[in-house]
Amino acid sequence: MNNLISQFWPYTIDGLSLGAIYALVALGYTMVYGVLRLINFAHSEIFMIGTFAVLGMLHLFGMPSNVGGFALVGLLIVLAVAGGLASGGSAVILEYVAYRPLRRHGASRLAALISAIGASLFLQQLFARIVVPWAFDLPKEKGALPIQGHFVEKSDVIHIGSFELSNDRLIVIVGAVLMMVLLDVFVNRTKLGRGIRATAQDPETAVLMGVNIDRIVTATFAIGGAMAGVAAALYMLRFEETRFDVGFLLGIKAFTAAVLGGIGNLRGALVGGIVLGLFEMYGSAIFGSEWQNVVAFSVLVLVLMFRPTGILGESLQQARA
Amino acid sequence: MKFTGVIAVSAALALGASACGDSGSGGSKGDTVTIGFLGDLTGENSGIVIPPKQGAQLAFDQYNATNPKVKIQFKTYDSQGKGEQAVPLVKQAITKDKIAGLIGPTFSGESAQADPVLEEGKIPNISSSATNVALAQHGWKFWHRLIANDNVQGAGIGNFIASNLKAKKVFIIHDSSEYGKPLAETVKANVEKAGATTSEDATDPQGSDYSATVNKAKAFNPDAIFFGGYYAQAGKLIKQLREGGVKGRFLSGDGSLDKGLAKGAGGTTADGTIVGCPCLIDPTGSAGAASKKFAQDYKAKFNADPGVYSAEAYDAATAFIAAVKAGNTTPEKINSFLSTIDQPGVSKQIKFSSAGEPTATDVYVYEVKGDQLPLLGNSKTATVK
Repeated sequence: MNNLISQFWPYTIDGLSLGAIYALVALGYTMVYGVLRLINFAHSEIFMIGTFAVLGMLHLFGMPSNVGGFALVGLLIVLAVAGGLASGGSAVILEYVAYRPLRRHGASRLAALISAIGASLFLQQLFARIVVPWAFDLPKEKGALPIQGHFVEKSDVIHIGSFELSNDRLIVIVGAVLMMVLLDVFVNRTKLGRGIRATAQDPETAVLMGVNIDRIVTATFAIGGAMAGVAAALYMLRFEETRFDVGFLLGIKAFTAAVLGGIGNLRGALVGGIVLGLFEMYGSAIFGSEWQNVVAFSVLVLVLMFRPTGILGESLQQARA
Repeated sequence: MKFTGVIAVSAALALGASACGDSGSGGSKGDTVTIGFLGDLTGENSGIVIPPKQGAQLAFDQYNATNPKVKIQFKTYDSQGKGEQAVPLVKQAITKDKIAGLIGPTFSGESAQADPVLEEGKIPNISSSATNVALAQHGWKFWHRLIANDNVQGAGIGNFIASNLKAKKVFIIHDSSEYGKPLAETVKANVEKAGATTSEDATDPQGSDYSATVNKAKAFNPDAIFFGGYYAQAGKLIKQLREGGVKGRFLSGDGSLDKGLAKGAGGTTADGTIVGCPCLIDPTGSAGAASKKFAQDYKAKFNADPGVYSAEAYDAATAFIAAVKAGNTTPEKINSFLSTIDQPGVSKQIKFSSAGEPTATDVYVYEVKGDQLPLLGNSKTATVK
C-alpha cells in the first residue's frame, strides 16, 4: 500500500498507457461483436501482424535511432499507417476466408467461433515457422524468438515532483485517445458509420433499407483491424519487441476490456481498457506483480456481478440511432 | 540445467520393462566398454547440449588414442530434451547397446523421468547439467551429477552480492517458475543473512510490461537487483529498469547465461550485468592450467571455443575413464568406483557425496560486455571493477 502511495503517479501513468493499448485493440472485438455477434478470436493475431508490419517498416528505414521532433511525428504516422494497412487488410482477408463462407451457408455462431480459434492458431504458426524467418532472414527454428526494434530515445518530457511523464507514454496515451475520438466521430457522423450502426441494430431491416451487409462487415473488419494496427505501432514504440504470440495475452486482456466496458460499445472499450490498465497497475503495486492478472480478472468478475452488461452497458446498436 | 518437468506416470510404468535379465553384466564385450550420452542433440535447446557432448567426446577420444587395454565406445542418444523420448532411449541403451555408464540426461525434466529407469537398470549415470535440487533427494544409488545444484548456485550468488559487491539493499525478482522462484528465494535468504535489506516482486513470463516491477524497484532504490529466470525476460527487464531510471547492478543465474540477454536489453544497456552459473565456461583458460589445456584441446578438435557444460561433461567422461582404467568394466563395479573417486577435473574436483552430488560448490560469475559474457572468476574471489 505504501508502495502505491509513494509511487502513485508512475503507476497511474503506466496504467493509462497500458490501458490505452488495450482499448485500441478492444475496439476490434467490440465492433465485430456489435455487427456480427461474433467474438473474433483471431483479432489478437491481427494485432501481431501489425507489430511485424511496423517492424518491417522500421527495417526499411534502416532502423533509425534517436528520432525526435517533427521527424518522430512523421515516422510515427508512417508506422501507424503501415500497421493499420497490414492489420486492416489481413482482417478483411480473414473475414473473407474464415467467416464469410460460414455466414453464406448459415452456419451456427459456434462454428464461426471454432473457425476463429483455428484462424488464430494458423496465423501464429504461419508467422513463427515461415513468415518471420523469411522476412527477417533468420534460420527456420529461430522464428519463435522475439525480434527487437528500437527507434526512440526515451526521455521525460514532464517532470514535476514525483510526476514524471516520458515521451513514449505520452505519445501512446494521446495517440490512442485521438484514434478513439476519430472513430467515434466516424461511426456517428458518416454514412458508412450509420450503416454499421443500422446493421448492428437490426440486420434484416438494414438490408430492407438498402444497406449492403457484406460491405458493412468488410468495413467493420477493416476499421477494427486498422485500430489494432495503430495499437501495434504504439506497442512497438513502448515495448520495442514482438514475437509470434505477442497477441495472445494482450488479446485476452483487450477482450476483457471490451466486456468490462460493455461489449459492442465503442466508448465502453475506452473506459474498459483504461479501467483495466489502472487496476492492473494498482493491483500490482499493492499485492505484487505476480497478481497483476488475478486482479484484472477479479475486477471483471466483480463488475459483471453488479453490471452484467459492463460499465457503460449499452451496445453499439443502442448507441443512438 | 533449468528445464524441469513433471515426473510422468509413464516413467513409473516403464520400470518393469527396463529391468532386464543380464543388464548387470552388460557393458564388458571383449575389450570395449560402451558409455552413452543422452540429451537434446537436434531440438530447440540443442545449442546447450552439443557443447557437453563434444566435451565428453574429446575425453574419450583422448583416452582411446593412448591405446589402452580396454577401449571406450562413445554412443549418443538424442532425446530432444523430452522425457517421453528419453525413457525408451534409455531402455534401448541398457538392453540392446548394453551401456556400462551414461553421461546425462542433460536436463532436469528428462532426468526426472529417465533416472528411475537407469536406477532400475543399475547403470551409473553422471549428469553434466541437471541442476534441479530434488533430483538428489530420491535416494538413487546410480545417479550422480558434476554440476552444483540450484541451492548451491543461489548461495554462491547471494554471497557474491553481499560480500564482493557489498550491496546493502537488494531487490529480488523472479519469474514465478519452478526454476526461478527457488533460486531467487535462496539468493534472498543469503543476502539477508549477510545483513542486507531486501524487497521483492515477481513477474509474469507471458507479459511484456514490467512497469509495476520497475516502479517498485525505483521506490526501493536498490544497490543490486537479482533476477531468477531466463535470459529472454532478463533482457527485457534490464531494458525497462534502466529506462525507468533504476540504477543498481543487475544479476541473474544460469538461466540468463546466454548472449540473448544483451540482445534483449538492446545495445550496451546490459553491460556490467553479472550472471552466475555453477558451470565453468573458460575459452581463454584463465581459471587454471587444466582449464587452459582443455580449452586448447577442445578448440583444436572442434574448431570452436568450449561452450556451456563442456568442461563438466569432460569431467564426467574423465570419471568413467578413471573407472575403466582401474579395471572396472561392469556397471556395478564402475558405480562403486565412482563413490570413491577423488581427483582433480577441469571444472572442479571430481568427488561425489553419498547422494551423488558433487562435493565442490564452486559458482562462477560472468560479466556482460557488449554481446559477450566473459568469465569474471569464481564467485568467492571475483572482483568487479
